[in-house]
Amino acid sequence: MNQTGIDTLVYRLRPGWRLQWEEAQQRHVLLYPEGMVKLNDSAGAILGQLDGQRDVATLIERLQAQFPEAPDGAIAEDVHAFLVDAQQQGWIQHD
Amino acid sequence: MTDHTDTATANGSPGAPLWLLAELTYRCPLQCSYCSNPLDFAAVKQELTTDEWIDVLTQARAMGAVQLGFSGGEPLVRKDLETLVAEARRLGFYTNLITSALGLDEARIHALRDAGLDHIQISLQASDPDVAAAVAGSAKAHAKKLAMARAVKEAGYPMVLNVVLHRHNIDQLDTIIALCDDLGADAVELANCQLYGWAHLNRAGLLPSQAQLEAAEATTNRWRQRLAERDRDMRLLFVVPDYYADRPKACMGGWGSIFMTVAPDGAVLPCHSARMLPMDFPNAREHPLQEIWYDSAAFNRYRGDDWMQEPCRSCDERHKDVGGCRCQAYMLTGDPAATDPVCDLSPDHHLIEAARREAADDSRSAQALTLRNARESQVFCRT
Ligand code: SF4
Ligand code: SF4
Repeated sequence: MNQTGIDTLVYRLRPGWRLQWEEAQQRHVLLYPEGMVKLNDSAGAILGQLDGQRDVATLIERLQAQFPEAPDGAIAEDVHAFLVDAQQQGWIQHD
Repeated sequence: MTDHTDTATANGSPGAPLWLLAELTYRCPLQCSYCSNPLDFAAVKQELTTDEWIDVLTQARAMGAVQLGFSGGEPLVRKDLETLVAEARRLGFYTNLITSALGLDEARIHALRDAGLDHIQISLQASDPDVAAAVAGSAKAHAKKLAMARAVKEAGYPMVLNVVLHRHNIDQLDTIIALCDDLGADAVELANCQLYGWAHLNRAGLLPSQAQLEAAEATTNRWRQRLAERDRDMRLLFVVPDYYADRPKACMGGWGSIFMTVAPDGAVLPCHSARMLPMDFPNAREHPLQEIWYDSAAFNRYRGDDWMQEPCRSCDERHKDVGGCRCQAYMLTGDPAATDPVCDLSPDHHLIEAARREAADDSRSAQALTLRNARESQVFCRT
């Protein structure tokens, strides 16, 4: 994957899909027509940053500020891998 | 592939009912011969009021329910649908409307959108208006469905179409998928009709043949390939009829495990067909949902595996398919705790084979099937 390429992309959730914190489950879930993905903490944190405006580079910066104790480069690597996967699964889209 | 999902830990006690199906009414302008509503639906007269439904939604949400389906009957018959959608959305549900599209118009699509409805699933009967008319008992329905499918798409909803397959439309699958493609669907459920309620009554006239089924699966695969080549993202979900499988499906993910249905009169059920079982189900008018879900005899009856009989009891697959469907076991064997006869390990599996043969010999046209309507239903009402 060309990582400088991905950093300029602006991702958003697929139309009609919704990210939501579920108090009863103590986790984020992704809701879509008649279905639900139960997300782990990092997936929830990444998807929570998608607002249809920020590019991937900005998103990584923000997560780094949020989790300063993470080792160098680890967040960027996680974010890249996650977004590629999430797009393949049809959860998110970019223009 | 990396896993970004959270797997819940299974402990002894049941989890929350994540899914709530609100069957708002059994009233419906159509008369589909494959309808899974109870045969005696006409006996149900006292529908829950708007306030009673809001109370049900509030309780279920507090228990952790998050996916909500409004269905029926035809949920659009209820004038308070918009109010209920708005309330459900305010509570944090993801709201799905499961409809025939009869009763829908552009004004109502927008009102529902304003109320916060997340998704509208429209069912189609066929690509050919004549077959569609015969199966649903209405000549005008088909054109209406197509117009409304387009309007729903235009309003910006994700479009999931549901096509109930049976022997009278399954050979048209190629043109059905083409029609869905043309309508701009995001996903299409090609669901072979489940043989409950009215569909069970019409079973021999609905079940497709093995050859029809194989051809339909091949057509679906051809379309998947074609769509992929065009980079067209329209997912096709093909649901094989139980009667041609050798293992049953894990019905509702397990009895009282994630799914709760509230019927029009407030009866609380582990699935929408369970009402046919020879047992009493609690009513939301009389008991809190929390108590019904966790403590009622009905919801605990087929939880876990203590209730199972052989061959399920000692079978390695019992946690995978939970022994199949209790309704199917009851309809076919008379014992709701029996192994689902769909399983080829079941001593009753010959009943399924017999049903396939019976269907193969049934030459009735779609017009000759029993239509689901209040007049026919009176025959099944005991009151
Ligand atoms: S299956 Fe047909 S008759 Fe039954 S509720 Fe749905 S639209 Fe109405
Ligand atoms: S015997 Fe029961 S548990 Fe085993 S595969 Fe068949 S239905 Fe499932």
